[in-house]
Amino acid sequence: MQEIRQLEVLEKYHTHFAGKLAGPVLASGVEILQLNVGKRCNLSCRHCHVEAGNERKEMMPGDILKRCLEVIRENSGITTIDITGGAPEMNPSVKGFIKDAAKIGRRLIVRSNLTILADQDYADYAEIYADNGVEIVASLPDCDEARADRQRGAGFFRKFIRVAERLNETGYGRPGTGLLLNLVHNPVGAYLPASQKSIEEDYRTRLKSYHGLDFNALYCINNMPVGRYLEFLIASGNYENYMQVLAEAFNPAALNNVMCRTMISVAWDGTLYDCDFNQMLGLPVCPEHSRHIGSFDMKLLGNRPIVLHNHCYGCTAGAGSSCQGSLD
Amino acid sequence: MTRNYYESGDLADFPNIAEHAQEQGKKFFDYYGASTSAGKLGEREKSLIALAVAMTQNCPYCIDAYTNKCLSMGIGEDEMMEAVHVGAAMMAGITLAHSTQMRKIIKKKAM
Repeated sequence: MQEIRQLEVLEKYHTHFAGKLAGPVLASGVEILQLNVGKRCNLSCRHCHVEAGNERKEMMPGDILKRCLEVIRENSGITTIDITGGAPEMNPSVKGFIKDAAKIGRRLIVRSNLTILADQDYADYAEIYADNGVEIVASLPDCDEARADRQRGAGFFRKFIRVAERLNETGYGRPGTGLLLNLVHNPVGAYLPASQKSIEEDYRTRLKSYHGLDFNALYCINNMPVGRYLEFLIASGNYENYMQVLAEAFNPAALNNVMCRTMISVAWDGTLYDCDFNQMLGLPVCPEHSRHIGSFDMKLLGNRPIVLHNHCYGCTAGAGSSCQGSLD
Repeated sequence: MTRNYYESGDLADFPNIAEHAQEQGKKFFDYYGASTSAGKLGEREKSLIALAVAMTQNCPYCIDAYTNKCLSMGIGEDEMMEAVHVGAAMMAGITLAHSTQMRKIIKKKAM
């Protein structure tokens, strides 16, 4: 779905997000640099806001990755490097980037669908992640095979479990190893997740008893009305109701902790955004003089006004939602 | 002017049902909260019980609320349907069990 069309649909929702606010939402520094290293992915999930897939060509080139490393080195306030995609593993420059980034000694996260590691061409990533202390955040929308496959494609669940078992054997998700395997739950439909605590308990019990799997934490993430999920909402006649559910659950307190306030999202071409969702909607950061990683200006970006639209209801509903799960 | 007796939008009015009787309303919500939140039974089990009761009592608001709650909790469609069958079986059993009264009267009165 084209960015402009998505924005038109969001604009049409009658209760505008901006109207709920007393004033602009300002960033309070840049602690997380989230790199969307490409839209290519071995999966084509029905909820994907990136609309990623195997046919996508957008891929962050080596020189942009190199510039990201320079920015991280120059700014000690950036404590977390968060790599996402697509399937980050499908970008050939990422392997080298991980090794270089690990040497800087910041928290290093990779958001992986895990199933890509079942492919022989990418199997070595399990070792690379472990050797470089990468924190893995892996999407598993449901513990039920049929439901998980419904969202992420046939065969997803079994592959995911197989790779997760291998990661467990390497020490990921096991106590005392320092190797973190965190899972992500997002609803398989047009509704919000229940409390993170209750879903985490359920995941822990089911994954352990049925598959012998261990993991560290579960993040519940609301599906944002962006990309394929927005298309699904429209096609299934759920758009108005879903937006209403989000708007009615608006929680002003969640605004204090939304990720955009401490994060910059870098697109494959180096353009800077407040978050990955703004990136997919084509809404770059406010400061015109620092809209590219090549002109990254911590002073300008650290207290910039966040670019808001009606999809922002997604991060402020109920307990709030972020790439690190529920905000409460 | 609404077109139906039951409107899905009315569900949002549930927090206002204490209107005109605040004290009783508050007591109801305290009781409702205490009864439906996790205790020795988890939230999951309680949501399935509530869903089954909603069906047996034909309450569209509760069916809407608890179907969504169950989905949110990751409860499967098959699990929800099993809960509905428990409700349906109970209603059938209750109906049939009451035939005892009818059969007792028949036995007493019939020649």
